[in-house]
Order: sequence, then structure tokens, then C-alpha cells
Amino acid sequence: MNVELKVTPDKHLPHRYAGASGDFNPIHIDVDFAQQVGLPSNILHGLWTMAQVARANVNAAGGDPRSLRRLSVQFRGMGFPEQEITVTGEVTDEREGVTVIATEAEQGGNKIIKNAEAELQPSPQ
Amino acid sequence: MALKTDAIGKTYPPFEYEVGKEKVGEYARAVGEENPVYFDRAAAKEAGFRDVPAPPMFAVVYSWGSVAMAAVDPELEMNLAMLVHGGQEFVWGEPVCSGDVISTVTSVKDISEKGGMGFYVFESASTNQDGQAVARGTWTNIIRGVS
Repeated sequence: MNVELKVTPDKHLPHRYAGASGDFNPIHIDVDFAQQVGLPSNILHGLWTMAQVARANVNAAGGDPRSLRRLSVQFRGMGFPEQEITVTGEVTDEREGVTVIATEAEQGGNKIIKNAEAELQPSPQ
Repeated sequence: MALKTDAIGKTYPPFEYEVGKEKVGEYARAVGEENPVYFDRAAAKEAGFRDVPAPPMFAVVYSWGSVAMAAVDPELEMNLAMLVHGGQEFVWGEPVCSGDVISTVTSVKDISEKGGMGFYVFESASTNQDGQAVARGTWTNIIRGVS
């Protein structure tokens, strides 16, 4: 099983994710505000990036969302719009039908999600 | 100043969220999903779902209203201006589909201090209208500069 997904969030992605998720924290959608609090720019929602890790692992398992049983992540460096993100993962264990994947998300050389672990199990359907 | 830990074990009242098909589609588009099961009821039923399923990470949408009760609880004295989301885990059960009514209960699992940072760990347990477990979340929030 090979986990790899590349995605480049466009400039307005954080606005769409804010609407979809209900998280309108201005550090994600207001460049001026973000810079006033010392950030280089508005930053991606960490939970959007976690959703990319979830999607990459579901895709690797064949695309059925029921196959993702568990996902844990640690948020580290900040992610930014308009820069490519690469999600990768490799199998670390297989036991009783559950495949354990060590996975992470990287952007411009920074690991923005690290020490993540997914558990995949084929859906009974 | 020692961190206030009295609230460990505190549990908040249930928060209900009714899942709508268009909200699922909006969320699925925002996170880049292309699988037709998230948008098309016929495709969802063909794949064995009761109705259009939510992507797994939609758990943040139906459970946030519950977790927020803890985050804004004055008893916890969290300085939200200094908040960093440190880590997140979900364990999924029965799929969540359009039309479901999801009830989530959040509790304070741990409060601790390390290296001048406060670690506030919340656990959310979400069940559907039939009482089936759909997701359990562990939310690790870090407050910088607590000492």
C-alpha cells in the first residue's frame, strides 16, 4: 500500500474551509490580522491539513471512507495557501486485518503534520 | 503560578448536530473530496450507505459545538489568545450520513503543564440517533506562556 497525495490549496481555500467547518478564526482568513499577530501570512486550518492526511490514507485503501478506523496527528509548523503539500505514508504494522500507516504532511521542506498514524481496515460491505 | 486542574473529569451537557446533505457536500468540496458518494445519494446507496456519508474528518463539524463548551468554560481559565492546536485523534465507528442527528458529549481528560505550556486534553464522544458510536475525538490544546 502506497500513500502519496499532492495538493496545492489555492488562495481562497481557507475561506471556503472556514465556511464549511465554521472556524472563522481571522488568522486563517485575514492576511492583515495574521501579520499583526506576527505570522508571515494567513495560515491554513490544521484540521483541513489533517483532512488531507485522512483523504490520502482513504485513497490508498481504495477510496471507501469506512476503511479509515483511526487517525492521530500532531500539528507542527504552519501551512500556507498557494504552496504544494505532500502527504506520504508507509505501512508499519499489519495485525488482525488492520493496516497501520505512519504518515505525515510536508510543505516546502517543513513537516506541518508529523508523527501521524492511521489505521485502515477494509470495509465489510 | 500553578495551572488550575480542578476541572479534570468535568463533563458537559450533550450537543446535538443534524447532518444535512448540502453541508456534507460543501465540506467534502472544501477538503478536496471527489468520490461521488459524498455528493450523490444514488451513488451513496449503491455503495451501501444509508444516505450520503460524511467524510471521516466531518467529525470536527458535528463535534465542535460540544468541544467549544469546554474551551470557553471560565472554570478552565484558558487564555484562548495563546491557543495552539497541538494534536488530534479520531476513532471512527458507524458512518455518519445525511439525516443523522449526532449527539456529542465532551469531557476534560487532562490538564497538565510542561515547559511553560499548558496542555488541555478534551475527549469527545459522538453517537447517532440509534445510540451507535460514530466517533471519539481526543483534542490536545496547548496554551503558550502559562508560567
